[in-house]
Amino acid sequence: MSEVILLAVTGVGLGAIYFLVASGLSLIYGLMHVLNFAHGVFLTLGAFLGLEVAQRLGASTWTGFAVSLLVGALAGAAFAALTERVLVQKLYNRHIEQVLVTVGLGLAAVALFDGIWGTDPRFPRGPAWLSETTTIGGANIPNIVFVAIISAAAVLAAVVLFLKHTRYGMIIRAGVENRAMVTALGIDVRNAFTLVFTIGGAAAGIGGVLASHHFGYVSPMLGQTLLIFAFIVTVIGGLGSLIGAAVASVLVALLQQFANFYLWGTGDFAVVILLALVLLTRPSGLMGRKA
Amino acid sequence: MTPAPVPETAAPGAVVGSGEHILSVRGLTAHVAGQQVVEHVDLEVAATGVTALLGRNGVGKTSTIKAVMGLIGRTGRIDLAGQDISGLPTHKVAQLGVGYVPEDREVFSALTVSENLRIAERPGHAHQYDLVYDLFPELKQRAGQAAGTLSGGQQQMVSLARALLNDNRVLLVDEPTKGLAPRLVQEVGQVLARAAEVVPVLLVEQNLQVVRELAQHAVVLTGGRSVHHGAAAAFLNDPELTQRLLGVSTGAEGSV
Amino acid sequence: MTSRNTQNMDTRVKDKVSAMRAAAAPPADDAGATGSRSRLLGLIAPVGLVVLLACLPLLNLSIPGVLPGATYTPGTLHLLALAMVMAGAALSYNLLFGVAGLLSFGHALYFGLGAYGLGIVMEELELGLVPATLVVIMAGIVLSTILGAVSLRVTGIPFAMVTLAFAQAGFVLVRKNPGGLTGGEEGLRLPTDYVPDWLVGVADTRNLYWVALGALVLAFVIATWVQRSRAGHVAEAVRENELRVQVLGMRPFLVKLAIFVAASVIAAGMGMVHLLLNSGAVPHTMSAEFTISLLLMVVLGGVGSRWGAVAGAFVYVILSQRLAVLAQSSAIDDLPAVLAIPLSEPMFILGTIFILVVLFLPGGLAALGLRARALFSRRARSQLADGERTPGDLVQEDDQRS
Repeated sequence: MSEVILLAVTGVGLGAIYFLVASGLSLIYGLMHVLNFAHGVFLTLGAFLGLEVAQRLGASTWTGFAVSLLVGALAGAAFAALTERVLVQKLYNRHIEQVLVTVGLGLAAVALFDGIWGTDPRFPRGPAWLSETTTIGGANIPNIVFVAIISAAAVLAAVVLFLKHTRYGMIIRAGVENRAMVTALGIDVRNAFTLVFTIGGAAAGIGGVLASHHFGYVSPMLGQTLLIFAFIVTVIGGLGSLIGAAVASVLVALLQQFANFYLWGTGDFAVVILLALVLLTRPSGLMGRKA
Repeated sequence: MTPAPVPETAAPGAVVGSGEHILSVRGLTAHVAGQQVVEHVDLEVAATGVTALLGRNGVGKTSTIKAVMGLIGRTGRIDLAGQDISGLPTHKVAQLGVGYVPEDREVFSALTVSENLRIAERPGHAHQYDLVYDLFPELKQRAGQAAGTLSGGQQQMVSLARALLNDNRVLLVDEPTKGLAPRLVQEVGQVLARAAEVVPVLLVEQNLQVVRELAQHAVVLTGGRSVHHGAAAAFLNDPELTQRLLGVSTGAEGSV
Repeated sequence: MTSRNTQNMDTRVKDKVSAMRAAAAPPADDAGATGSRSRLLGLIAPVGLVVLLACLPLLNLSIPGVLPGATYTPGTLHLLALAMVMAGAALSYNLLFGVAGLLSFGHALYFGLGAYGLGIVMEELELGLVPATLVVIMAGIVLSTILGAVSLRVTGIPFAMVTLAFAQAGFVLVRKNPGGLTGGEEGLRLPTDYVPDWLVGVADTRNLYWVALGALVLAFVIATWVQRSRAGHVAEAVRENELRVQVLGMRPFLVKLAIFVAASVIAAGMGMVHLLLNSGAVPHTMSAEFTISLLLMVVLGGVGSRWGAVAGAFVYVILSQRLAVLAQSSAIDDLPAVLAIPLSEPMFILGTIFILVVLFLPGGLAALGLRARALFSRRARSQLADGERTPGDLVQEDDQRS
């Protein structure tokens, strides 16, 4: 029983990290129809800068940890906003070229991180409590898992509130549905593009700092590795659906955890098979709108 | 409604004062995915009342309106009250006071009715909620309902209300009665008649009865070109002309 | 947009398809009186190039700065052979992306299948090189048919993600080293017992070079044939407007699947040559980065252009090799860190070049070539005037609203 609880809770924790990547991907795709291959490098930059800042402020202090989360979010947001303004917006409405540009940026940025931080993983230290465990129903669960879950839930809540209760949120929701009509109402939708990139980048940056503590390392490839699972999550959840991304993140991570443990380490395959099944039965994803 | 005095047939290419025409299109060519859908259209929208844009199915009426809005690629000259808007992106065209009611309503189905109206509010314009709620009291009752759950007629009201909310200089209304029950067709007609008292309207409409009741002027497109400019009544009362250009016979039945 | 009636659509697609046939036909077909001359030229240039390439191992040519040594040296021949293998793979990717408009991020799966599959089949089934090759090709056909059928349920960006996921499963599999078959992270070593002696060993690099050249020529011929076949034309029509093709009673799904399978089999073939050339297979050949490098080559060369794909692959392979050498040089080391760090990362430079090509040279090297020829030839000028195709023109998207 304690085994199941351990797998379930750590699964939700992993899902929380997937969600922090997938939420931005899904919003960006929903509004702009761009598959952002550079999203992983927003995460990686957040993780590295968070680590650097935490080391300078005292890695084992809570201040250091809190500031590293903030710096991760800011770094991800700034990198993402810059990407949108400098590269993606130049190719307005040319979705495939926009994807290609993010592919190029992903390659170039990973190589640059290699050059700056080296290809070997770096190991972040956090407050001692993070690496301790809390016992629930006999299962010893690492505390970082709870931090990841709470952070992701907070990001989800903040984004939902923003989408529901601000004018820009309204524009983004409307734009996901019908971008042309939004512009026909006199709204310059490009500002909304920059905004979703910024929000997505911030979430990914937070995800980067949390992932570095959750997995215990940062490497230049960290983001791009997570990105592939985030892609799968967004397809399963339904492209453009934030709630779909949240549900699918948890579903995919749980499946992965359980299959890895009970089915001889076949978690990654189980996920791909789930993807194939979803596509065969519901091509637009669990919560995607029918085309 | 008092029809504005308009020449029987506007000479193509003639320079027309902006006092008579709010919108003037010259040599408009539009393309979608590399294919021409509108070719060298000239048309004028009178500064008052309703101008009907007529033509057979698939002749490019919707594309003409989309091209004016900048929703599809276009070349040619489009003057809004003397200002060339043909190079402007869609949101700038709208900001200059062009209201758009698209063919399939295109309400934001995930947004509530009141959000559908709020998103249409243009900063710097007076928002005529009084007018809108006076015309469509139902929308006030359903303010919190998701627009996607409304009936087709109610969605049309939302779509019209979005355009009427701002003090636009011209409205482009595309097939507002499409798929509506007869009672609703009449209601939409009345709304447009009232709207046309304050703002000129370019109306694409299949229902010629509605056109008769509303339009003072008519432009007819065939094969992606405009071939007829003139008073709506004169055109609709000419069975030979309507048969030739629209493929339907109108004629004497039904008075204007 | 505007609704046109079905009959209209019918004739228009037929026009389109026949127009495409004309456009895709060899240049000679529309040239009238000068036809036979230019047909001859159209044949002489490629044949001449192949003969020249075939003679390289026997010549002592040096291109300093481009090639690491004289053309008969194993190092240079290995680099050129690698470029030819990648060119063949890029040609197959161009079939997917440039012809059928399918943006796949999982093409490496089939290249890797060829590389790993050949090694495993020879070792485990104790088959010789030729029968093992046939077994792997069969496996490639079966796997690509199944996975293609699933992936093609979606188009556009979702298709890209699904293919990525399948390839990722393959990547995870070969790294896990199931049953000791794939060698895990270390990779698989070529079972030399089953390979003819003349293909093993550094001294035989030129034989491998000729094998790679033969494979590239074969890939080019197959790619040309597929592109000019009925399936190729329909695929291009589908790319432009799927609905119209459906109205004509053609099954876009089957056409796309056929091209998907053809491209996958070519990739598997090149993967097999890669195994021989490198005396082994590593997980990288099945990774998303590998597919992305194919995408890079095709976009660099000009999407939809076969010669572009080949040129893009050569530029990419040789440039990454040269940049890696440059990164080690003292000239870079002496620069301040702000410059030294980016310049010592070949992928940073290649990624940046790629971004610049997408932003400023949408037709890639092929467009550049066309522009250069336009200075001398009227036909090239008119082709140029017809407009260059940019990558995005080629891919259907699910949603045309925006």
